[in-house]
Amino acid sequence: MLDHHILTLVTFAPLAGALLLLVFPRRDRDIRIFSLVISLLTFVISLHLPVYLKRPLYVPTSRFHYEVYFQWISTPNIHYHMGVDGISVWLIVLTTFLTPLCVLISWTSIHERVKEFFILLLILETALIGVFTSLDLFLFYFFWEATLIPMALLIGMYGHGRRVYAAVKFFLYTMVASVFMLAAIIWLYAKTGSFDFVIIQNAIRAGTVPNFVGAAQWLFLGFFIAFAVKVPLFPLHTWLPDAHVEAPTAGSVLLAGVLLKMGTYGMLRFNLGLFPDQARANAPWIIVLALIGIIYGALVSLVQPNMKKLIAYSSVSHLGFVVLGIFSFNPAGLDGALFVMLAHGVATGGLFMLAGLLYERRHTYEISDFGGLATPMPMYAASFLFIVLASVGLPMLNGFIGEFLVLSGAFQARPIYGILAATGVIWSACYLLWMYQRVFFGKVKHDVNNTLPDLNAREKAALWPAAAMALLMGVAPILWLSSIDPAVQSALKPFADLAAKVVGQ
Amino acid sequence: MNLFTHLVPALLAQSQAFTAPTGSEYIRILPEIVLSLFGMIVMVVDPLLDEDRSHKSLGAIALIGTLAALASTYLMALDPGTAFWNMVRVEQFSVFFHVLIIAISGVVILASYEYMAVQRIRAGEYYGLILFGTVGMCLMSSAIELVLIFIALEISSISTYILAGFRRREASSAESSLKYFLLGSFATAFFLYGVAMMFGATGSTSIDTIARSLASGNVPILAYVATALMFIGLGFKVASAPFHVWTPDVYEGAPAPIVGLMSTGPKAAAFAVLLRVLFEINAPGRLWLLWVSAALSMTLGNLGALVQDNIKRLLAYSSIAHAGYLLMAFAATPEFGVSPAMFYTVAYAATNVGAFAIVSHFANAGEKYVTLEDYGGLGKRYPALAATLTFFLISLLGIPITGGFFAKFYVFSAALQSNLVWLTIIGVINSAVAAYYYLRVIVMMYMREPRGEVPCPPVPLATWLAVAACLLATLYLGVLPGRVLNYATRAGAQMIHGSDTGWTSYRAIASRVPPSEP
Repeated sequence: MLDHHILTLVTFAPLAGALLLLVFPRRDRDIRIFSLVISLLTFVISLHLPVYLKRPLYVPTSRFHYEVYFQWISTPNIHYHMGVDGISVWLIVLTTFLTPLCVLISWTSIHERVKEFFILLLILETALIGVFTSLDLFLFYFFWEATLIPMALLIGMYGHGRRVYAAVKFFLYTMVASVFMLAAIIWLYAKTGSFDFVIIQNAIRAGTVPNFVGAAQWLFLGFFIAFAVKVPLFPLHTWLPDAHVEAPTAGSVLLAGVLLKMGTYGMLRFNLGLFPDQARANAPWIIVLALIGIIYGALVSLVQPNMKKLIAYSSVSHLGFVVLGIFSFNPAGLDGALFVMLAHGVATGGLFMLAGLLYERRHTYEISDFGGLATPMPMYAASFLFIVLASVGLPMLNGFIGEFLVLSGAFQARPIYGILAATGVIWSACYLLWMYQRVFFGKVKHDVNNTLPDLNAREKAALWPAAAMALLMGVAPILWLSSIDPAVQSALKPFADLAAKVVGQ
Repeated sequence: MNLFTHLVPALLAQSQAFTAPTGSEYIRILPEIVLSLFGMIVMVVDPLLDEDRSHKSLGAIALIGTLAALASTYLMALDPGTAFWNMVRVEQFSVFFHVLIIAISGVVILASYEYMAVQRIRAGEYYGLILFGTVGMCLMSSAIELVLIFIALEISSISTYILAGFRRREASSAESSLKYFLLGSFATAFFLYGVAMMFGATGSTSIDTIARSLASGNVPILAYVATALMFIGLGFKVASAPFHVWTPDVYEGAPAPIVGLMSTGPKAAAFAVLLRVLFEINAPGRLWLLWVSAALSMTLGNLGALVQDNIKRLLAYSSIAHAGYLLMAFAATPEFGVSPAMFYTVAYAATNVGAFAIVSHFANAGEKYVTLEDYGGLGKRYPALAATLTFFLISLLGIPITGGFFAKFYVFSAALQSNLVWLTIIGVINSAVAAYYYLRVIVMMYMREPRGEVPCPPVPLATWLAVAACLLATLYLGVLPGRVLNYATRAGAQMIHGSDTGWTSYRAIASRVPPSEP
């Protein structure tokens, strides 16, 4: 019974919370507690999804679990079609996992317009989950666009410095790119009469879509450009550092943790799922861009004087790994790509939280303003180190597994890809550890830093779950990979068929 | 002898044709009758009331008038058919536009309550003219005789010309009124000329007869000219390029609630007429005409809006752009185009009337506060009203969960289904460009500090009601657009084919080959 409604419940629970908040009195403390409760509740409910994923499908022909399917609008033919597989299920859990941490981390740092903040945060959560659950292209686009406004407002209203510029830039970049996806979606609808992902996929595979061959490359690009901006793939990444630096901490966490993954998820689901031939044909230049992103992002990180900007550019580098893994078209690469997505969400989310805590205390992100923080803030320093190591890719922590898988997948595709990408791993150790050294080691250079308070209970409650998750994902990746792998195998099936066809000829 | 054998039977036949209208024929123009009556009541009661307090009671009478008209629309809808010697036809199509136009007037009257008091405008003629204008607009949607359409167009236009000049103390309002009047008269003359040409081409001014005559395969060159001329007249009314130049000046000077009306009501009526003229008649040569006008309107409207600092001018340019999106649906084949066009009209009306209701509230006495600067920090001072305006702007921008999104979506789909790929691409790029200027307003409201000298009076109940009605309508269209769209689809089919079984679903006619792009 629950299986039939679980996706609706998970998706809209935060929205229901936001609507309740709307009529809440403006007592900030109550609002915070309520948001925390709602987001925790959503997290707990969402755990149902992976836990029971192994149950047999009740629509045996489908590849998707917990499917909901009924008509939303009759003309055009739009269905409320939701479902998850091993690819999307963990991204949903990642979202619901990070949101309570965002609430905790914003507890005191947001003190103005508190109600609006948490309403926007919860609406954003609903939109993000919706992106990962939708199996109707229309519904997908609906949620995809719905993430824009709350995120832009979070940056613009609660950010610092050039927040307006950053918010507008973020909005315009993603909005402009996604109208191309809309055009592609409408084209598919005009030719197939359906928005349903499964129906369109079957129609394309059966070759029954009129004029598809001529348009396929354009459709592929229409989808790809929307996703590439979101990822962001070099050279479309310039909105990211601005948005991150100016965003409030919770905004950064969700931006890096989940919003960027919408792009890579979209590539995996739609670019590979609907246009396998074009994906293969376009893979070389996409991989080149991903490799440039990996190395360029890392090098730019290396020279950043601003801690948050450093972490932002490291995202460009890490997401390059994901794109590389996806377009290697082998199980190791795809498994790795998904694992990097999750690991990056946890680790980079953690890094942004840590940077935010420092900002709350000192109102600066400049690395040169710190130094020797390990003395006044030992607990903070230890947590920071843990997360940094996870992000660097130390074995036993989560970053290692994903990057290792991606690299092995890239080697299988073409050794030079693996070799070049591997330098990215080295660079990431350089910039993160160097940053760590400058911030935490040595003598305390500025006297104010001596008096900085260490982590309090609330901050620990926000950080340690992320650290624990990083450890768990590092020592027991099988928990994740066992459900990711079957989905990846089925996503790769058309590529295997394609390869078999080529060999057969 | 000849005289008797030929003339008498002819005269007899004629006198039979001109039988007196039956009761149910009056029912078929009942909303118009009710609105005219209430308009007269307002005018008669006005001198009897104390000037300072009259606006409330007169507004109430006018509001009741619109409600009564809505109720009589229901009665009218129960008994479809033609009336008055085939000049008026009641069908789902005309009911659709009646409800829309009367609802627009009702909300505008609600939104004017506060405005009247703040601006110290004498209310009698104001509400009366709104009602009379509504009569004209309603009649436009049900008339199937070009001459009657022209008369209805004039009724609606003359009322709006006067309403545009109602801020008597402001030079800009007089300019607005005069400009609108001169250019508008010019445009209606074009329309009338087109009607005359159409009569020359087909020998009739009745839409049914014209349609039959043109469908017989004999399309004289005159019919092309007639279509173009009629389109000029109507294109002016809907503010589509290249007949849009008046829009920003007129909108800037006219009273803000009236701009809400002007940008939706007469436009909706003109679009209804366009639908009839272009699709029911199946006017020749319309594809090129509309393709060019749609592309131009979108592009010029959006580019113009980018540099505006006055919110009324900004929304004026945005309304030009929206006319362009709407005309995309007109360029599509009728099977695909009619219902998106009708849906778009509703969604745009709900959004824009609401936006102007809020703009009228913020404008304050003498409409002093209408620049973007004045909107700084409104998010802090009016959280609810600013959030609502944001919602309307998002709808104009075409982002999900708003009616504007589905409207745009349907229109783009219609264009693509009709193989208008380039027009769709122009539209898509345009809606991306539009993001910038709508966003500017949102940025102003939420991310700038409030300016001290801008007053913030409390929001009265009437304004709230008007805004809430628009908000609910926009939200409803954005979440459950199905019912309205299905109704529009049936109504459109009925209008063109005379029965609503013509094309019940898109799929059934998807196999038909649409014309290729020019």
